[in-house]
Amino acid sequence: MVKVTYVAHDGARVTVEAEPGESVMQAALSNDVEGIIGECGGAMMCATCHCYVDEAWEVGAGARAEGEEDMLEGAASEVTGRSRLSCQIKLAPELDGLVVHLPEEQL
Amino acid sequence: MTADRVVIAGAGQGGLQAAISLRQAGFGGAITLVGAEPGLPYQRPPLSKAYLPAGKAEALVLRPASFFASKDIAYLPGTVVEEIDRNAGELRLAGPDAPKRLGYGHLILATGTRNLRPPVDGLEHACGLRTLADADRLRARLATPQRIAVIGGGFIGLEFAAVARKLGHAVEVIEAAPRLMARAVSALTAERFARWHRAAGTGLHLGTAAASVDAGGVSLADGRRIDAGFVLLAAGVRPNAELAGAAGLETGNGIRVDAQLLTSDPQISALGDCACFPDPRSGRMVRLESVQAATDHARLIALRLAKGAAEPYAALPWFWSDQGDLKLQIAGLAGPEAREEAVADGVVARFDAQGLAAVETVGRPAIHMKARKLLAAEAPATLDVLRDVAAA
Ligand SMILES: Cc1cc2nc3c(=O)[nH]c(=O)nc-3n(C[C@H](O)[C@H](O)[C@H](O)COP(=O)(O)OP(=O)(O)OC[C@H]3O[C@@H](n4cnc5c(N)ncnc54)[C@H](O)[C@@H]3O)c2cc1C
Ligand code: FES
Repeated sequence: MVKVTYVAHDGARVTVEAEPGESVMQAALSNDVEGIIGECGGAMMCATCHCYVDEAWEVGAGARAEGEEDMLEGAASEVTGRSRLSCQIKLAPELDGLVVHLPEEQL
Repeated sequence: MTADRVVIAGAGQGGLQAAISLRQAGFGGAITLVGAEPGLPYQRPPLSKAYLPAGKAEALVLRPASFFASKDIAYLPGTVVEEIDRNAGELRLAGPDAPKRLGYGHLILATGTRNLRPPVDGLEHACGLRTLADADRLRARLATPQRIAVIGGGFIGLEFAAVARKLGHAVEVIEAAPRLMARAVSALTAERFARWHRAAGTGLHLGTAAASVDAGGVSLADGRRIDAGFVLLAAGVRPNAELAGAAGLETGNGIRVDAQLLTSDPQISALGDCACFPDPRSGRMVRLESVQAATDHARLIALRLAKGAAEPYAALPWFWSDQGDLKLQIAGLAGPEAREEAVADGVVARFDAQGLAAVETVGRPAIHMKARKLLAAEAPATLDVLRDVAAA
């Protein structure tokens, strides 16, 4: 299992255990973490799964997928250099302990 | 007006979203979600896409079982709402674990659609694709290479055809209209997809209806014969509006609702695939089959019930379809009279007398997202602005 911590916009932290292979978006929904919507189910079509990768994981979380940057254009909250679509971050043992921050709004 | 007991009939994408959004909006009353299908509510879009090869049912589930307990939502799977008794404010239910009758303060109808059975002989030989159970049946058929006929060149038929072709099957698509996806996209976009499917090796038979189906394939109205080991029926859907109709609610291309998504009974709302609502831009009565409409409808109804919000429904429609390498995204909604123009590579504008109505993009996600903002803005969007966006 891989541990992922979600930090809500108000600072509240939730840590969940996810299966390797799941995306950070799926892990949030299947553990009832609020703040990620994931309307398109991970098809990279909605940008309602926006998150900011914690500074410490900037490199570890990998690069944006092809087309991800374009979809981020439409994210509801501010997009920064650490913005990712959480459906495009696949969990693997190397990501154990990953921390992501959630934006104020997804819609 | 707030009700203290909300019952949601139909536990698909929209029904579940209504329950989620009610709690998010602070609704403190009882919520019961009644769904005819077994198991947890799930998303349908992957059923004609990634699920066919991958078969990971866990990935389809929208919320875990623990969600219903933690949010105090009573979930009754495998339970059918058989009748609405409006005088008593009660539903008659049928299901192994369900009470016979269930009272409501407010009822949300989220019953979706079912496959249309066109007047074609022998349809018992064809499979549909609407539910997880349908998709599992199809997955079993896809295990061995064979000849497949698809009746219907709409989104679901074509998404399925692209997957089946990639898995090595011989695929023939039969479409009665002269072009693909005729109800939903421009001729230019349809043509681009037709070229892609043909290049992938899929046979397209346009402008000819299926006349009959048998165990060995499909006979076409023009006399041709398509041999097939199995046949997918993807010729559109019909809204599940009979329950509402039998209760005396206004129906016609679905359950009729107003700009608040209320039916002709103020104690009953309807949403998603089964609801026919006024399009905010044109005022036309429309019925959309999309995740966006189902979830945005649900959010509006939840805000009205939880907080008494009275804003009319105004969300911008958007839609996607993945067919092989081609990713189609549509922002906005074009009426039947809309004209079309190619604005840039992979960008088609649909416009009418009011200005820009919709933008179809293929593999241009940045322009899709900009088009959404443009179309959602207060000022009417024009073709010129879209040209600037596409050129930037
Ligand atoms: C194969 C497939 C692919 C799709 N791909 C896309 C896509 O790429 N993009 C997109 O935007 N949309 C797509 N869609 C459409 C999208 O899934 C639907 O628009 C959406 O599910 C509609 O939500 P809904 O809640 O209105 O209806 P549904 O999700 O269909 O849910 C309705 C539920 O109500 C239940 N029900 C009906 N009558 C009763 C009753 N009397 N009592 C109890 N329960 C009842 C049904 O069993 C069903 O479970 C696809 C649909 C399918 C089938
Ligand atoms: S879930 Fe839609 S883009 Fe990530």
